[in-house]
Amino acid sequence: MSLRQTHELHKRRYGRNLGVALTLAAFIVIVFGLTVVKVTRGDFEPPRGEVQN
Amino acid sequence: MSDASINASTAQSVGRQDEASFGDYFALLKPRVMSLVVFTALVGLLAAPVPVHLVIGFCAILFIAIGGGASGALNMWWDADIDKVMKRTKGRPIPAGKVEAGEALALGLALSGLSVIMLGLATNIFAGAFLAFTIFFYAVVYTMWLKRSTPQNIVIGGAAGAFPPVIGWIAATGTMSIEPWLMFALTFMWTPPHFWALALFMRTDYDDAGVPMLTVTHGRRATRVHILVYTALLSLLAVGTAFSGIGGPIYLAVALVLNALFLRGAWRIWRRDEDMSEADNFKVERGFFKLSLLYLFLHFGAILVEALLKPYGLGGWS
Repeated sequence: MSLRQTHELHKRRYGRNLGVALTLAAFIVIVFGLTVVKVTRGDFEPPRGEVQN
Repeated sequence: MSDASINASTAQSVGRQDEASFGDYFALLKPRVMSLVVFTALVGLLAAPVPVHLVIGFCAILFIAIGGGASGALNMWWDADIDKVMKRTKGRPIPAGKVEAGEALALGLALSGLSVIMLGLATNIFAGAFLAFTIFFYAVVYTMWLKRSTPQNIVIGGAAGAFPPVIGWIAATGTMSIEPWLMFALTFMWTPPHFWALALFMRTDYDDAGVPMLTVTHGRRATRVHILVYTALLSLLAVGTAFSGIGGPIYLAVALVLNALFLRGAWRIWRRDEDMSEADNFKVERGFFKLSLLYLFLHFGAILVEALLKPYGLGGWS
């Protein structure tokens, strides 16, 4: 029997790690996408009056 | 890490019944409840008279869903003791020994904070604050306080499940008006007959767990009367909504058919006694419960159709 035998538990751990990694990657994409939309729509621009001052 | 230590940790983990998979953590978020939250929040968002950017709309629904999931995890953390007793819930990750109660608490709190902040940033502060209030209402007011102390638990607790379309509307408009509250009232009034029908045919589950459901505190006859009264009030509200800003001829047609069927089901439940129900294994009560799922889905579906047709001059009464 190999010392490196893969237990069912290792598969479950791998699945869990992969799930967390994909969730974090998706979160990064969402925050990036949201930022692009907000910036291009001008949501973060100060009111006109403040710019003139 | 050596192979010996891997084997040791493997043995240890196997001893702890089961090590959780990603799906077990996801199950803490109550995916089926989350699907209802997603759908009703989406209808609230799209029925609002303000167009929403696709990405912002997607983020709003996602974070409302995560907020709903977070409150589900907090509910599972608090209710782990009664979930263990009830047949319907003993397969949940905590009673099944897959996830520790503390992990559910941590996940619930972390996702609550994340969803509220992100919804606030993606849409507006009002929507974020309302999501925070909804999570508080479900996790604290319903789960910790009302669920085990009053037979009206389902009535008041149903409000938590009814808030998503209001949050969706606020996310789109930043303001409040009567229409989202009509959607709120629809889910709010629908929840009691839906759960009381379930309590009738799940029989001993709530007794065993000591949850003061109406069936336990006031008896099964009173529960049947309550189902009929709530269904009658719900029908008035559901049909009346057809003449509001979110209604229209399609919604009216759907509401008339569904409410006639729903009233008929409630009437039949009211007319039956326990012997009749047991004789056919609660066929009518089970049928009413199944119809209730379709009832809510199709009402919100009709509101959605009316909203989607409006840009083409077809939706609503105009």
